[in-house]
Amino acid sequence: MDMKTSKKLGLKERYTMMTRDLAWDTTYQPMDKVFPQVGYEGIKIHDWDKWEDPFRLTMDAYWKYQAEKERKLYAILDAFNQNNGHLSVTDGRYINVLKLFLGSTPPLELMAARGFSMVGRQMVGAGPRVACQMQAVDEYRHFQTQIHSISNYNKFYNGMDEFAHQQSRMWYLSDGKSFFDDAITAGPFEFMVAIGFAFEYVLTNILFVPFISGAAYNGDMAAMTVGFSAQSDEARHMTLGLECIKFMLEQDPDNLAIVQRWIDKWTWRGTRKLASVGMMMDYMLPKRIMSFKEAWEIYFEQNGAALFTDLARYGVTIPKCFAQTVEEKEHVTHQSWLGFYMKPESTPFHTWIPGPDELDWLSEKYPNTFDKYYRPMYEYLDAQEKAGNRFNNKTQPMNCQVCVNTIKYNEPGDPMEMCFRETVYQGEKFHFCSGHCQEIFEDEPEKYIQTYISSHQALQGNCAPEGVDTHAPDFNPGSHIADYWRLDPRATGDFNGSEDQKNFAAWRDLATKN
Amino acid sequence: MTSNAFIAFQTNDVTRSIVEAIVEDNPGAIVVEQPAMVKIDVPDRLVIRRTSVEEKLGRDFDLQELQLHLITISGHLDETDDEFTLSWNS
Amino acid sequence: MTVKALADYRFKSSDALENYQGKQLLYINWEKHRMFSRPFVVALPPETPFSVIVDKYITDCYRYHPDFARIDWSTVVWQNSNTVFSPDPVKSLKENGIGHKDLIRFTTPGLNGIADTGY
Repeated sequence: MDMKTSKKLGLKERYTMMTRDLAWDTTYQPMDKVFPQVGYEGIKIHDWDKWEDPFRLTMDAYWKYQAEKERKLYAILDAFNQNNGHLSVTDGRYINVLKLFLGSTPPLELMAARGFSMVGRQMVGAGPRVACQMQAVDEYRHFQTQIHSISNYNKFYNGMDEFAHQQSRMWYLSDGKSFFDDAITAGPFEFMVAIGFAFEYVLTNILFVPFISGAAYNGDMAAMTVGFSAQSDEARHMTLGLECIKFMLEQDPDNLAIVQRWIDKWTWRGTRKLASVGMMMDYMLPKRIMSFKEAWEIYFEQNGAALFTDLARYGVTIPKCFAQTVEEKEHVTHQSWLGFYMKPESTPFHTWIPGPDELDWLSEKYPNTFDKYYRPMYEYLDAQEKAGNRFNNKTQPMNCQVCVNTIKYNEPGDPMEMCFRETVYQGEKFHFCSGHCQEIFEDEPEKYIQTYISSHQALQGNCAPEGVDTHAPDFNPGSHIADYWRLDPRATGDFNGSEDQKNFAAWRDLATKN
Repeated sequence: MTSNAFIAFQTNDVTRSIVEAIVEDNPGAIVVEQPAMVKIDVPDRLVIRRTSVEEKLGRDFDLQELQLHLITISGHLDETDDEFTLSWNS
Repeated sequence: MTVKALADYRFKSSDALENYQGKQLLYINWEKHRMFSRPFVVALPPETPFSVIVDKYITDCYRYHPDFARIDWSTVVWQNSNTVFSPDPVKSLKENGIGHKDLIRFTTPGLNGIADTGY
């Protein structure tokens, strides 16, 4: 007798069954009223069923694998914490990387979760809707696990407890906040290009691959496991971003010009956002695996060339900023570290001058620029610090109206000159760090005139604790801003002489002797 | 110009077998080991075959299990029950 | 170009002059002395004499640099953004043509930072 067994459905069939049943045309209300945002950016879509997730991940598989990731993550975190893992990192200075990461990254993961929730609601097709929903849940997971993994360090070291308060107030966090605010206030397709494509596909490798591998190299099992756990979701996110680009370009030839402008804009905005990540790699990891320049070459230049060569069939060209980023990879990390070093009272993490062997490493990794432009200055500042005259620039910064980085980058082709760009809109002058940021402003000036610039807000009297008379003639915004930021004074200043430095040394001593 | 498709995994016991399978199935594969991770580059097209991974692991393997170990990918992805493929310019 | 939006999109500038209670913003940069990382900003009444910029703000910030004591102020080249001008120290910002959010750059010929690096 023949036993008929129904064969299990294959991956493609399972995915098709799931997505096709999740989408239908509404009848009580017209579709454009139910999905009001998908049309106004000018992107034309004719057939939403053409969007398919190449991972073909169904919800049951998603929950199964995500649960497994969480179990692994928390097993490692528990083990790390139970063994006083924080004392096994290479050097007490390393912990400052985590403070900068905590302030700058988890709040943006939360913004990404919000963004993908909103975009998922707006997308008409079930394919993108499901992928956006998964990504929203992923981003929420990253936000929580990053904070959770660093919370153990917060028991021992200064400067981590007010990161949420500081997110929308602190000068150096304004660039990341502005990046996500810009994306989330754009339409759904621009958000997908901004975060899904430019950030996740083109740039996120720089943040999570060499940097998290660097955390592992420095003995930080907590950051390594949380970073890689998050990164295991990124392949899916990158795929979503790339699928979105292809989908738009295949749907209608009119979409190309809009998509190209977004690629140009967001690749540049992402590049500016990553300057501080590069600085972490070159200056803040006691043991380094590769320079920012090398990472840029592998993950942006080579990988980007592969990507844009492939996308050329749709008419997409390499982002306009490409050549400038290649020039700047030799400079930005040195300029960024200086920007933090000279402001010792204005960050909840410590800074320092790299030791002689570290300066040698920088000279070797940056043979074209480090000795010529940066090493003499860092050596001078080192000598001043050792003579008891540490650099402390007490002035307030000038910022770019678009990326909100301080205006600290050089004129292309001339590393000795500061790059300035400006434009006048409705009778008011606006300043930029680069021609690319100026162009972004001029495309949508109504948006960027609203930029929050911390130093300007302080000068308007908006950054003083309650009870301070900001109209008094002798009002000095600089004298209140640390309170406004809730900056713990123990967390500020040079690493040399800090409480963290003393505690780390004392505790490590206890951990290795009776 | 040849473009590399690549994939990176966390270093662990499962990915050791996956990497071995990739190297056997993809002539020209370049393996780069870095702290806690391993990256494999292949010109144009990188394929992971379920049967090859199963042979190395000595057990059944669902290609979607790759999700647990992945760090990053480069290339257009196509995934079926039997193959996980990354490619450029195809 | 303008913003594409589903509704009216009109907002005020965050840094309009009226937000500064009678003061205006001024940015200052010492060219080829990038040790200070970026220009600095102050808010001052437009009646402020230009000499205050040099005697107070520029001196307070930049005297940390070893080049500062060597400046020959008679040779300094002043720019308002890209336009060279000759400020009159006793006249006010306004009388010197300096408006809200102007950028004053000054170059000190012969002084190019630590070991001539521009820093």
